[in-house]
Amino acid sequence: MTEHLPALIVVVPLLTSFLIFALGWLKKDLCFPVGLFGLAVAASSCMGLLLRVMRWGPVTYKLGGWEAPWGIVYVVDTLNGMVLAAVAFSALIQWIWSGPSVKRHFQDRLGALYGLQMLFVTGLLGMTVTGDAFNLYVLLEIASITAYALIAMGPERASLSSLNYVFMGTLGACFYLLGVGYLYIMTGTLNMADLARLITGLHGSRAIQVAFIITMVGLWLKMAFFPLHGWLPNAYTHAPYPISGLIAPLMTKVMVYVMIRIDLNVFGPVYSFEKMGLEKAVMWLAVLAVIMGSIMALAQKDLKRMLTYVILIEVGYMVGGFWLGNKSGMTGALLHLLNDVFMTLCAFLAVGNLLYRLPGCSFPELKGAFSKMPFTMGALVATALSIVGVPPTCGFFSKWYLLLGALEAEHYGFLAALIFSSLVGVVLFFRVFEWAFFSTQEHEEGEHHLSHTFQEAPVQMVVPVLLVAGGLVVLGVFSGEIVSGIVEPVIPLTFS
Amino acid sequence: MADVNSTLPLLAVGASLGVVPLLLSARSPDVREGWTLAAGLAKLALVLSMLPSVLGGENLFFQVAEVFPGVPIAFRVDAMGILFALVSSSLWIVTSLYSIGYMRGLKEHGQTRYYCYFALALCSTLGVAFSANLLTLYLFYELLSFATYPLVTHHQDAEARGAGRRYLLYIVGGSIGLVLPAMLVCYGAANTLDFAPDGILKQAGFSGPELATLLLMFLFGFAKAAIMPLHGWLPAAMVAPTPVSALLHAVAVVKVGVFSILRVLTGIFGLELLGSSGLDSLVLALAAATMVAASLAALCQDGLKRMLAYSTVGQLSYIILGGALLSPEGLQGAMAHLATHALGKISLFFCAGALYVATGKQRISQMHGIGRRMPLTMGAFLAASLSIMGVPPLAGFLSKWYLALGCVATEQTVPLMVLLLSSLLNAAYLMPVVYKAFFLPIPEGEPTERLPELSSLCTWAPLVTALGCVLLFFFPGVLLDLTALAAREVWRV
Repeated sequence: MTEHLPALIVVVPLLTSFLIFALGWLKKDLCFPVGLFGLAVAASSCMGLLLRVMRWGPVTYKLGGWEAPWGIVYVVDTLNGMVLAAVAFSALIQWIWSGPSVKRHFQDRLGALYGLQMLFVTGLLGMTVTGDAFNLYVLLEIASITAYALIAMGPERASLSSLNYVFMGTLGACFYLLGVGYLYIMTGTLNMADLARLITGLHGSRAIQVAFIITMVGLWLKMAFFPLHGWLPNAYTHAPYPISGLIAPLMTKVMVYVMIRIDLNVFGPVYSFEKMGLEKAVMWLAVLAVIMGSIMALAQKDLKRMLTYVILIEVGYMVGGFWLGNKSGMTGALLHLLNDVFMTLCAFLAVGNLLYRLPGCSFPELKGAFSKMPFTMGALVATALSIVGVPPTCGFFSKWYLLLGALEAEHYGFLAALIFSSLVGVVLFFRVFEWAFFSTQEHEEGEHHLSHTFQEAPVQMVVPVLLVAGGLVVLGVFSGEIVSGIVEPVIPLTFS
Repeated sequence: MADVNSTLPLLAVGASLGVVPLLLSARSPDVREGWTLAAGLAKLALVLSMLPSVLGGENLFFQVAEVFPGVPIAFRVDAMGILFALVSSSLWIVTSLYSIGYMRGLKEHGQTRYYCYFALALCSTLGVAFSANLLTLYLFYELLSFATYPLVTHHQDAEARGAGRRYLLYIVGGSIGLVLPAMLVCYGAANTLDFAPDGILKQAGFSGPELATLLLMFLFGFAKAAIMPLHGWLPAAMVAPTPVSALLHAVAVVKVGVFSILRVLTGIFGLELLGSSGLDSLVLALAAATMVAASLAALCQDGLKRMLAYSTVGQLSYIILGGALLSPEGLQGAMAHLATHALGKISLFFCAGALYVATGKQRISQMHGIGRRMPLTMGAFLAASLSIMGVPPLAGFLSKWYLALGCVATEQTVPLMVLLLSSLLNAAYLMPVVYKAFFLPIPEGEPTERLPELSSLCTWAPLVTALGCVLLFFFPGVLLDLTALAAREVWRV
């Protein structure tokens, strides 16, 4: 049974999503429990797989029994084991959390919303688990198209933002496909391991060079890496809040994973870091991503929108850490990938709770939030500390490795950008907390009176947020084990 | 000094954290305050239970988790740490009693929140005291910064918001902007962050200017120590309720700052390296400048709490000065001053708060004749002032004596002169308050009857701590044993 775990991870959510679409017509009430069951199976499979990979090394699974270059294989090592577990667990938590809000806003479209959510998760899990470059594209499109649809289900300007996302996202996916096409022409294979073997003989080829650049640009577009980030803030801000907690934490992070996977296991570290000579340019883009992201975040007056810019900063961290090209930087990037999934999840779930009770989450609307919703705001404080990088929350530990990597590479620009964005983080979040904590704002006449009575979101929404917030500290305390057990085994030996 | 594994340090740090759920669920103020006091007593008992083994030369050690290769989150209880822990945990109990009188007397809002964050702040203070390495210290230092923010801004008005902003700007800005990179550089060079008796940077091969930069990053980064010009947050933070100013801004928070600097000087740089690179004079100069400038600033204040805040800024630098004298006596003086200044200054703040609760007066110019209405409170104020000035038979004399001994032993006349000058200035800003209170007549139109002082916990607390100042002078046994032990750990005499 355990040898079929890799297939289970994709097949179960896929079938569940079809089932949910059907149930949406037949018996709406069953959508939630069926999805819960599907995600629970997927999450436990991912966890089982991760533990297995940590103990016995990478697993290769041939889909349908076809041999590697012809059939599709799933390859799992600790890197994507970690990402799989993070994706599946955050999807599970988000599913439970979203129950009350989906019931309130999407009662008439329950089957469609839940089915699309499940299909989106299928796409992400498939992208992460696959060892085939073209299969990855297919699953990328599944995840993207469902994301467009989900975002378009939001109110007012959501459909316009979604359209913008469709244009940019499709462009990114096309670039990736084009890159894979070049590789196929040059090598005649789509299997990642096979590609890696054949590319070592083609290091001088101009076509491979073009393939590398196009693929990277495509992926950067999809992960909203500066300056290709334009679509993200609007899309994530206008996404309906019950599902922005699913898309915002996962989509960009999985794309960062794909970039790391393609660089390390298709082109290979030697080609990506030594032959291409792109790292200087990419590093400065990452510095710009972090600094511009911070400045743009400072200009926001709405909590949810501000958080979308924080995502841009975090993408800059991860891309920068990875392209530092040393062990500490890469450890930081991979650890941050894991931590950031849960940081962003916690942030967007907390914002969801606020939106469930409050008219909106622009700063003035947050007045009195601490006394109204103390648990949600507590979780938001924990997230803020993690994003700023205060120990013992997990954000500190990945930032430590990133800083150490920058110091070792003597890239002081990135070092300064990291410190700068941490300081900006304090300003960003404490500005929000000031609005929510201080009651001195003069009560203008005509302004409707804001009650300061306890008005917390439903238990089903509060408990998951608090769990994730606690998880941020747990991840931090165990970061030593995570680094030695999960991150270090996948860092190429060429990095010291 | 042998390390002995024990969970006691963890329990002592966590004791005040464990009380938070109880505080939140308490239904009546009596139950809530009862829990606070119980936690305080439990914490003190746990700290005291570790005292015999520390005095016996054993350091209790507990490792929570190894988060980076070679750098765990870990506690080690040594003489320096336990001295600081004893001071802060015993004064927490007195402050809790005082808080009950003060907060009820003024009918403050949000008292449950207040007691919770107070407990959290004490948890972090003990965490700093017991840290075995710089990373653990940084962790609790940051935790303390954020735990005290809601206390500083307790009144939730515009003034509190401004003070809170300044507080975060100085303290978090310093710790993230300066300490964090400095700590990384140390880790990159030494692959450890443990406090070692002769430092960890000796073999790192930094040049003089690099070391000086690193040292300055630590000195200014630990902005809680309020070395000028990064002292501005301390007077601003006086908008907080008086018990917060008393315990946190005279004892816990600021002492965490100087304690961190002492740890960096002795455990990271090592006194030998400081001496050989000539950096001790840099620290001495900064400390001396702060001592004089802060005392002069205190002279110009009219707000009683603001005056005390500037006095604190100056007194903190005594401790840093003691560490930079590079002599065992100097370090003993520094550690002793950490305790004696805490007792003296907390009494002064308690008195200021008691005056405010009873009469609503906050300015020195309003103090005329107040001593006739509240003789006990002002008596405690007098005793504590004398202790701060360093007059025998009060505890403050002990630490100044050792600091002076340290200057003499290393034949440094300039620090000695600054020490004496600063003591004179202390008298110049503290004595006028006492003079006005006792010798000037009560202004016409104000009530003249004596206030019932002993009916409020607010007045009992300063009496207790002022009495402590006297008793510590006559029974300094444990204090001097611990400071001697701390000096021996660093100097290996």
